[in-house]
Amino acid sequence: MDLRELYQDLILDHSRKPRNFRTLPSARCAEGYNPLCGDRIKVFVNIEGNMVKDVCFQGAGCAICTASASLMTDAIRDKTEEQAHEIFESFHRLVTSEEPPKAEGIDLGKLSVFAGVREYPIRIKCATLAWHTLRAALDKETEAITTESTD
Amino acid sequence: MSTGSPDSLLPDGETLEELSNSPRATFDVEKIRAEFPVLDQRVNGHPLIYLDNAATTQKPRSVIEAIGSYYSNNNANVHRGVHELSQRATVDFEQSREKVRNLIGASSIEEIIFVRGATEGINLVAQTFGRTRVRAGDEILITTMEHHSNIVPWQMLCEQVGAKLKVVPINDRGEISLDEYESLLGEKTRLVAAAHLSNALGTINPVHEMVRLAHEKDIPVLLDSAQGTSHLEVDVKDIDCDFLVLSGHKMYGPTGIGALYGKKEHLSAMPPYQGGGDMILSVTFEKTTYNELPHKFEAGTPNIAGAIGLGAAIDFLESCGVKALMEHEHEVLVYGEEALRNLPEVRLIGEAKEKSSVLSFVVAGVHPHDLGTILDHQGIAIRTGHHCAQPTMERFQVPATARASIACFNTKQDIDALIRGIKSAIEVFT
Repeated sequence: MDLRELYQDLILDHSRKPRNFRTLPSARCAEGYNPLCGDRIKVFVNIEGNMVKDVCFQGAGCAICTASASLMTDAIRDKTEEQAHEIFESFHRLVTSEEPPKAEGIDLGKLSVFAGVREYPIRIKCATLAWHTLRAALDKETEAITTESTD
Repeated sequence: MSTGSPDSLLPDGETLEELSNSPRATFDVEKIRAEFPVLDQRVNGHPLIYLDNAATTQKPRSVIEAIGSYYSNNNANVHRGVHELSQRATVDFEQSREKVRNLIGASSIEEIIFVRGATEGINLVAQTFGRTRVRAGDEILITTMEHHSNIVPWQMLCEQVGAKLKVVPINDRGEISLDEYESLLGEKTRLVAAAHLSNALGTINPVHEMVRLAHEKDIPVLLDSAQGTSHLEVDVKDIDCDFLVLSGHKMYGPTGIGALYGKKEHLSAMPPYQGGGDMILSVTFEKTTYNELPHKFEAGTPNIAGAIGLGAAIDFLESCGVKALMEHEHEVLVYGEEALRNLPEVRLIGEAKEKSSVLSFVVAGVHPHDLGTILDHQGIAIRTGHHCAQPTMERFQVPATARASIACFNTKQDIDALIRGIKSAIEVFT
């Protein structure tokens, strides 16, 4: 496949200028680490009621990892925790499934640009690191998350 | 890089100048390339350019055939059968041991222990020599540029006996300072364990001086030569190291086989590593008498095919001529370093004066992992990541690097393709 299907303009844009790239004191926080490539990010979420009021991240990673984290923060702000988990599941299927994603009632919107990742099995963990870290933060897990046991 | 005297490269009566003006008579890279079946393929629509030799080298046809021939013609267990096949297998297996001995210049085959790889060799020394010689409060000295396999076994030993791991720092070029090294050789130092040739930086350590300084204080030295034996001339008697480990698959041989060299005086005094068959002379339920060297350290049926493959790999190395091969690789390395330095976005990681075979670098604005994917699309195989040397990465404050590592079959054209690939990645990301 064409490399541009992996490195789409939206991904390149978010990797160069990640959105919500900051810390959030006194928020739920988890750290994710991909030992394969050294990607390491922290995700912070502020929950009010069961709503994700604010979400942001910091760290260093490859373009896929950084863009995925950036687009993730945009996608789950102002969603309920339950919706955030649903988006996680849907995104996970998008990047890992052999089958093209079915209509599931969840519109992944901009996140659909990561569909090309499934053609690059070694890069799936790059795309999912931020998401596993988000889930850990939502679940208030504090241990560092590693991609080695989650995908 | 010290390639030794180039005299032996020269056909009789020819001067170095004449040779440099004439086609290289002693090293025909196209002929060498033809020996590697795997190179004859396209990857992602491009001819394969394999620059990941520090991870594992490709295998020449002779190695592949030696392994096939063992299984097709001679497969049997070694050291015990009276039948013909067992005798053939034993002869071939033991001939490989002799080839290892000869390659590294050991005194006797008793000093060559077959192991699974360099990692197992280091673990063997840590758990036998280490467990009997290192006590609480003692120190093991390593360097900052070690592969995890020359860090973790020592950390495990230190934890077991209450000893301490000390680390020789490296400068911005990726070299140790012998003064700093000497100052860390203390009364409590029981062993030095150091890379011969760094897999992450390409640095060749000053092993002769390191061994001499350690021996002045009666401290033995283990060299991790996993990268060394395919790129350097190794003579354990000349270096005078106490132990040296090598890895078959990093020197054109198969995976799962390597060797530990140890001075006989050490090996004789060390307890066995594992118990089992082959390492015993006699067993009763009351007492076991251990076998002679080297078998004392080789419990269980060994990797016979692997050892035979390693023997074929050593034949291959020697047929190329290690000196000629070093000259060729150095030429490609210097060409690659110059080309990378000409790209303003590129920062080389590891610029030691004495260097071999490794181009480790980062590209501003392009993460190594993305670079690896883009190069793969052009059929170029490099390694990206921490190269199992996370403390080295930390020293240079990078989470990862891209690493192109050169073997005898690589050419300047391979480097040209690499540079074109890096430029295309820079275009995508900036």
